[in-house]
Amino acid sequence: STRRGIATTGRLNPKVNPGLKKRDELEDMLEERRRSSDARHALRCYAPAVYKGLAPREVSALRGAVLQSDALQHVIGQVSAECGERRELVQEEAAHLLDEMAHRLRLGTVRFFAYVLSKVFKTLFRSVRVNEEGVQRLQQAIQDHPVVLLPSHRSYMDFLMMSYILYTYDLALPVIAAGMDFMSMKVVGEMLRMSGAFFIRRSFGGDKLYWAVFSEYVKTMLRTGYAPIEFFLEGTRSRTGKSLTPKTGLLNIVMEPFFKGEVFDIHLVPVSISYDRILEESLYARELLGVPKPKETTSGLLKARQILREDYGVMHVYFGHPVSVRSLAQGRVKRSQYNLVPRHIPQRPCLAAQALVGEAAFRLVRLQEQAMVLRPWTLVATLLLQNPDGMDLPVLEEQAAWLRRLALSFGAFLDWPDCKPCREVVGAGLALHKNLARVSGGRVRLAVAETPGVGQTAEELAFDRAVGVLSCASYRNQILHVFIRPALLSVALRTANSSRKDEVYTCFNFLWTVFSNEFILCPGASVQDFEEACYLLGKCCAVQESQQDIVMSEGGHATLAFLRALLDPFLQGYQVVCQYLCKETEENLRENKFVPAARNFALQLILAGTLKCYEALSSDLQKNALAALVQLEAVTKVKVIPTQKPVHARL
Amino acid sequence: ITSHHITDSKPQDIMKWNGWGYSDSRFLFNKKGQGEFTGKRYRLSGMILPSLKDWFEATFGTSLQHKTPATPTLNVSAVPPPNLVEPFVEELKVAGVAASHDPEGRVFRSHGHCLHEIFALREGRIGRVPDLVVWPNCHNDVVKIVELACKYNVCLMPYGGGTSVSSALECPLEETRSVVSLDTSQMNRILWIDEKNLTVHVEAGIIGQDLERQLNESGYCTGHEPDSMEFSSLGGWVATRASGMKKNIYGNIEDLVVHIKMVTPRGVIEKSCQGPRMSTGPDIHHFIMGSEGTLGVVTEVTMKIRPLPEYQKYGSIVFPNFQQGVSCLREVARQRCAPASIRLMDNEQFQFGHALKPQVSSIFTSFLDGLKKFYITKFKGFEPHHLCVATLLFEGDREKVLQHEKQVYDIAAKFGGLAAGEDNGQRGYMLTFVIAYLRDLGMDYYVIGESFETSVPWDRVLDLCRNVKERIVRECKERGVQFPPFSTCRVTQTYDAGACVYFYFAFNYRGLADPLHVYERVEHEAREEILANGGSLSHHHGVGKLRKEWMREAVSTVGLGMLQSVKEYVDPNNIFGNRNLL
Repeated sequence: STRRGIATTGRLNPKVNPGLKKRDELEDMLEERRRSSDARHALRCYAPAVYKGLAPREVSALRGAVLQSDALQHVIGQVSAECGERRELVQEEAAHLLDEMAHRLRLGTVRFFAYVLSKVFKTLFRSVRVNEEGVQRLQQAIQDHPVVLLPSHRSYMDFLMMSYILYTYDLALPVIAAGMDFMSMKVVGEMLRMSGAFFIRRSFGGDKLYWAVFSEYVKTMLRTGYAPIEFFLEGTRSRTGKSLTPKTGLLNIVMEPFFKGEVFDIHLVPVSISYDRILEESLYARELLGVPKPKETTSGLLKARQILREDYGVMHVYFGHPVSVRSLAQGRVKRSQYNLVPRHIPQRPCLAAQALVGEAAFRLVRLQEQAMVLRPWTLVATLLLQNPDGMDLPVLEEQAAWLRRLALSFGAFLDWPDCKPCREVVGAGLALHKNLARVSGGRVRLAVAETPGVGQTAEELAFDRAVGVLSCASYRNQILHVFIRPALLSVALRTANSSRKDEVYTCFNFLWTVFSNEFILCPGASVQDFEEACYLLGKCCAVQESQQDIVMSEGGHATLAFLRALLDPFLQGYQVVCQYLCKETEENLRENKFVPAARNFALQLILAGTLKCYEALSSDLQKNALAALVQLEAVTKVKVIPTQKPVHARL
Repeated sequence: ITSHHITDSKPQDIMKWNGWGYSDSRFLFNKKGQGEFTGKRYRLSGMILPSLKDWFEATFGTSLQHKTPATPTLNVSAVPPPNLVEPFVEELKVAGVAASHDPEGRVFRSHGHCLHEIFALREGRIGRVPDLVVWPNCHNDVVKIVELACKYNVCLMPYGGGTSVSSALECPLEETRSVVSLDTSQMNRILWIDEKNLTVHVEAGIIGQDLERQLNESGYCTGHEPDSMEFSSLGGWVATRASGMKKNIYGNIEDLVVHIKMVTPRGVIEKSCQGPRMSTGPDIHHFIMGSEGTLGVVTEVTMKIRPLPEYQKYGSIVFPNFQQGVSCLREVARQRCAPASIRLMDNEQFQFGHALKPQVSSIFTSFLDGLKKFYITKFKGFEPHHLCVATLLFEGDREKVLQHEKQVYDIAAKFGGLAAGEDNGQRGYMLTFVIAYLRDLGMDYYVIGESFETSVPWDRVLDLCRNVKERIVRECKERGVQFPPFSTCRVTQTYDAGACVYFYFAFNYRGLADPLHVYERVEHEAREEILANGGSLSHHHGVGKLRKEWMREAVSTVGLGMLQSVKEYVDPNNIFGNRNLL
């Protein structure tokens, strides 16, 4: 059935019960590296299969094609007319922008990386497991259609690993959209450029010329089948372990050549990359608590050498089924809308196309989530977070086994070795994450300080604890997508006034809306999600459904209580944000002041002992809560003209 | 009625009743398995085609063992009895108009040449056929017929050469009235030639090749040469907005026509003078041209003529790939120096053309062919699976032709094109006349296919060709066609702002429960793809009933309403009830 799968996955049928999905086997790709010479690997004959319609093109020819393209020439003409600048100057500016942006993929550099990364990955990871069937599917897709690779983004390792895998399996190397911040790392930036990265400015909203250069560059590579395009739908690394709400800008660009008939089809390939341990683990927790992200510098990277001494367990890379843009657009987007204007003139996509791209973005992120390999430790971390006072080891093991069954019945892609006893599996996780959980006297608890250290203030202690909790939460967050819909229903069941389905749904829908920025909930799919939640809870015998009602089953208490507890930190965190906004006395609150003030408010509650939930300190949660309140029109954003800084005014 | 006309009024005697063209001309595989074209009418007639079998088997995955022969003769008893309006028939007789309800004649006029029409006939399936055939002899006969049809509420369907490929000649299933096929074949006279103004006045039933031959005898030509000109009629060209191969010199039908006379239920429509251009509101000719028999019968036409060209020269150019070929055609169009005809075949068609090469007569020719191939593929580095060929036809006075030829070859050289000889060019054009016969050969061996066309702006030609061809391949696969289809195209006309593109599509249907349905779905999806890629609904085949569903999209609701209101005024009782177009 997998063959047919390729043809039909394009429709991204959300009705399929994820629990029934067949998944490919994963193989360790480092095994071969441990047996044979890395140098030979780096120097081996590399001859990937390419797109069948490839118009062979050198990097320099690509540059010319972009700069001379009708689309860019059109915008250059416009810009030159608008600002009264000579056309040649604007043309020069465009060339400059392109040079700043463009990759300079060189096989030599790739080989150098292949050698170094072989060494690095072997040191860091016990194994890197890849679904080779997915690689084969990708290889076929690359030959048939222009391909866009869409990996999840949890670590800097992601795109290095992607290119490394593609090189290893003799697949065409991708060109990768990277944030401009890398450019500041002089040598490394250039190295990345030569291994296929191209750099885009983080924000260029109004800059027409920049947008034109950028989008034409990407589209030219795509149309000609120059190389697979790779970018991160989430836009940036997720610091929390949860998937981020997708950005649609680049997805819009790469889908346009299909809408305009410039290619027959485009295949979007979601790739799920998951880590036993994330390299940036505690760094992320600190960032969430307001310590700014360290600027990417080469010397900073060198300092990261100490990272190499640690054990990061196993890494999993799962290449999903290619999603055909043609199938997605079938019956939804009328391509003939582009018939009446020359295609090089920028045209705002019709509402149907915009909606399609938005929907596709969410679905693709969900596909990423669903193929993310979950390790037993994520379940252990979840249980430990729900029991801040610690658990007896046997109880933890027993509960982990229970949770495993629940997760599997909800369709989790859980990598739990069947042959090993539960004790060993839980033990392995605890051993790998000894910095986060401590076992003493047969009891397991989070590795957070109980009492302040010498010279440590209460605030510093709370901060330390929060780092531990948020680090641990980043593992729990990896499994949230499995439980989120049933969890929302569990809370709704508790809060609804009656067990009537429509009332429960009303509560569900409210929570669903509130948390639509926090979790990947596809816009407009709340009814579907409700049905899925009912189905899953019914399946594990936690609720019983009748025509009218939905009620807890006799044995459903434990499941529902667990699911409610899963959402608890988020509910508490959002409540804290609301409390803060209600207490805030300043009438006009500047947006950039909001996070520090909300964090400080939460910290005071924690210090006062009235709040136990350290996750309320997370800036990610605070921003999501604010976004939800804006969406619900409880808070409005006002632009203040003179400073151009958005400001919040409470209603 | 002269005896000459009686034979002419029974074309079924010399033409196939369930296939294309003359009965004596057909492709077959002889006992040795060699391809052969029978008869004496064409340059290819009587020749052995040694490579046809291999190409055929390799392209379609067929075997000559598996045959699907057609029903040999028409089973007359399967033809439904005619539904005649007796007083109408009586009055026709009184008026002296020839008429017949002979079943063979009715079946012959019940179809065009769409795949489904021919496929059904080969299987001996007869659907709704006209109840009566009438042969008016002149304009006044038509006036009488139309008057009587109005009087007795009879449905009239004009019939010219019967070469429609848009289901235009199919009797609407929902038609309950008596259906009368109005065969214009007896109105085939040249009424006068005006050498001062270079015009000719002709009855609209004349067949293309007769018109050209007779004009040639006087030293003139119209230059209108659609691929169907052996069989199609002047009235049919007007009714479908036909296009000729040499339109670059002579223009399409709308450029050639000076005056049209049409009989409608409201009366006769015509202009009062033959001025070369008028500003008298929207041109009423444009209500007539493309009306596809829904408004009336075109009876007489005045057309432009030209002195016969002093010199004709064929030519061909090989390009390394299709893209270069299209760029060259675009440049030729930009410089407005297109020869009388210029056509670009893609690689598949190039190979197809090779499969139809007759046995070479001497070792020397085959040696030369080998040398050419070596030169192009090895010395010039053309990839045999990418290269493609343009065929050219130049016309005019000798000196100018040679000059023109040089100009075109110079442009071609800029796009990597190499001159590939007159012979290849001439063979290319000959093929256009025999290619329709090939479909019948395919149908003998489980292969069904069709051609269809569109027009498209220059900047979309390549994208449209690629996407439509790929769509065909993909749709066939999804619908269970076992062997990849033959999916190929060529650019057949160039204009200032775009080109006409022709697709050929055929597949082996062994193992399919309902091959016709599969075929129709794939053609439908291919048309959707054409429209999505900025192509038109039709360049010259017309809409008929086959493409009606897209008319609203093609001309907008208001546009469709305009056409409908004309129909309502001209023919309120739907006497011309073939239900084409609208």
